[in-house]
Parts: sequence; structure tokens; C-alpha cells
Amino acid sequence: MIVRILGEGQLRVDDSAASELGELDAKLEATLERSDEAGFKSALGELLARVRAIGTPVEPGALEPSELILPGAGATMTEVRKLLADDGLIPG
Amino acid sequence: MSVMKRVSMMFRAKANKALDRMEDPRETLDYSYQTQLELLQKVRRGVADVATSRKRIELQMNQLQQSSDKLDRQARDALAVGREDLARDALTRKAGVQGQLGELNTQYTTLQGEEERLTGASQRLQARVDAFRTKKETIKATYTAAEAQTRINEAFTGISEEMGDVGLAIQRAEDKTEQMKARAGAIDELMASGALDDMVGGPRDDIQAELDRMGAGHDVEAELSRLKGELGQGSAPRQIEANSSGGAAAGPASDGQAAQAPPPAQPADQPQAGEGT
Repeated sequence: MIVRILGEGQLRVDDSAASELGELDAKLEATLERSDEAGFKSALGELLARVRAIGTPVEPGALEPSELILPGAGATMTEVRKLLADDGLIPG
Repeated sequence: MSVMKRVSMMFRAKANKALDRMEDPRETLDYSYQTQLELLQKVRRGVADVATSRKRIELQMNQLQQSSDKLDRQARDALAVGREDLARDALTRKAGVQGQLGELNTQYTTLQGEEERLTGASQRLQARVDAFRTKKETIKATYTAAEAQTRINEAFTGISEEMGDVGLAIQRAEDKTEQMKARAGAIDELMASGALDDMVGGPRDDIQAELDRMGAGHDVEAELSRLKGELGQGSAPRQIEANSSGGAAAGPASDGQAAQAPPPAQPADQPQAGEGT
């Protein structure tokens, strides 16, 4: 499957990693719910690091939508909430 | 629900909305390609903008560094002539300048990061746009409505996700650049108004003025007594020349005062009164 890290581009990740990434993602979700900015930062960092470690960059000419999209490194909770809000941050 | 899934759904929803607006899929392709080219232009401008801001900060950092060096020299000079008070003053100001420098440095690093990120985004988008153009022509050439629709949707969703991502990167860089511009502007204004000048040197640098005065102290005394001697010999009428220089009255007038009375010798008094060491 293809995972996009916002601001970095797309990575191809083996489907078998889905459950592992899902767990990290759930951790991230939890920090968002309890508005734990520090926890959010470290959970996001962990998730991004894992994706980068197991993924290979998608060839530049590819035009495929991503199955999963991750906020970029350094994103704040506020930014991510806006991203998730209807008609939020996403331009176009 | 998962953050990753929700974000990707938001991107898809955007793409679908845009797709729905077009009646003929082939129109979608051409319209989208236009938008992509515009976005590419925008990213390139964004990169240039960030670079300009970064260079401006660089200049300001150089200026501040020079000020800091100068204050450091002044502190040494002041200590060498036994003026610990002046040295302390210079070092306090130096600390202020260093603080500014530190903050600028942090922001400089941030801007550098944005510049790299945008450059990368611009390259990725360029590659995707090229791919899209090829695909668009192929699809149009082999166009049969039913089959083309799904391929168009796929390509469009792919490119629109890339565009959304790049769009976010631009927004982010724009925000950062605006912040930097505001800050750089504030520092420029401070320098122009002389507020930093005082701290930093230039014509209003009172620490340097006092150091100079002390160094020149003996010469001034000698000059004064020479002038007094001349005046005693009766060359007083020469002072009337001050009137002939009309507009520039300030300079000659104060010269006249200096010659007539000794008040400017003040600085020479101060070190005696407050002898520190």
C-alpha cells in the first residue's frame, strides 16, 4: 500500500505492516483525544520514523492515490485538527 | 477512527468534489492540468520568496554580529582605561544584541527547512505533472467514455492529492515567511529609528563617545589653553566670523562657546568624581 507523509511525498509500504502502523496510529489518535500535545508529538514522531524505516519512496512519475496519509513532521495538534475538519486546511 | 485514514479521506473528498463539477471527463483532464501548471508556478515563487527572506535574515545577522564584536571591543577598551562602568554598559548591550541574534538564528534554521521542503515539493510536483500530461494524452486518444472514466478518476485523485500536499506546504512556507518579514521589518525599523543604533554603534554611540573624549582629554586641554592664550592676546574679533556662516550656526556657535567659557570640560570632571579603581 502507499502511504503519504505530508510534505515528504509517498512511500510504498508492505501490506503486512498495516497492523503495526495501525497500533501506532491508535496511539496518536488517543493523544489527540486527550489534547496531549507532548504525547502527540512523540507519537507522531514514532509513527513517521516507522513508516520511513519500512517504506521505499514511490517513483516520481507515479500518479496513485495514497491509502493512508500522515501529517508531516512538526505538525501541531491544531494543524491536524484543522486538516480533519470539513473544508479544513487542504487547498484546492 | 484512525488519523491516517481520516486525513486520506479528507483528501479524497476534495478530489471527488472537484471531479463532480465537470461534465465531460476530458474537460476535467485539461482543466486539472491548467491548475497543476499554476500551482507549479506558485511553488516556484514560494521557493524564491523563502530564499529572499532567508537572505535578508542573513544580512541582519551579520549586522548584529558586527555590533556585538564592536561592543566587545569597547568593553575591552573601557576596561583598559579603568572604566568598569562603561565596560559593564557595553557588555549589557552586547548581551541584548546576542539575544536578538539567537532568536534570528532559530528562525533562520526554520526558514532553511521550509526552503528545502518546498524545493522537494516542487520537484515532486513537477514529476507528477509530467506524468499526468502523458497520461492525459493517452486517455484522450483512446477515449471511450466508460473505460476512460475510471482511469481519469484515478489519475485525477492521484494528482489532486499531490497538489493538496504541495498546497499545504506553500501555505506553511507563506506563513513562516510572513512571520520572518514582520520580524525583519521590525529590526530594520529599530535600526532606522536609532533605538538599536544606540545599542549598536554609529553616530549616537555614547560609549564610544566617552572613550574618545577620555582619549582626547589631554589634547582638548592643551587646545583650550592655547585658545585662551590667543584670546588673551586680543584676537577676539575673529569670533564674529561665526555670524557670516549663517545657516550652519550650530557648529560655529558652539565653538564660540567653547572658546569663551570652559563648560565642555565636563567629561574630564566625571572620571575624577567617580574614580572607580
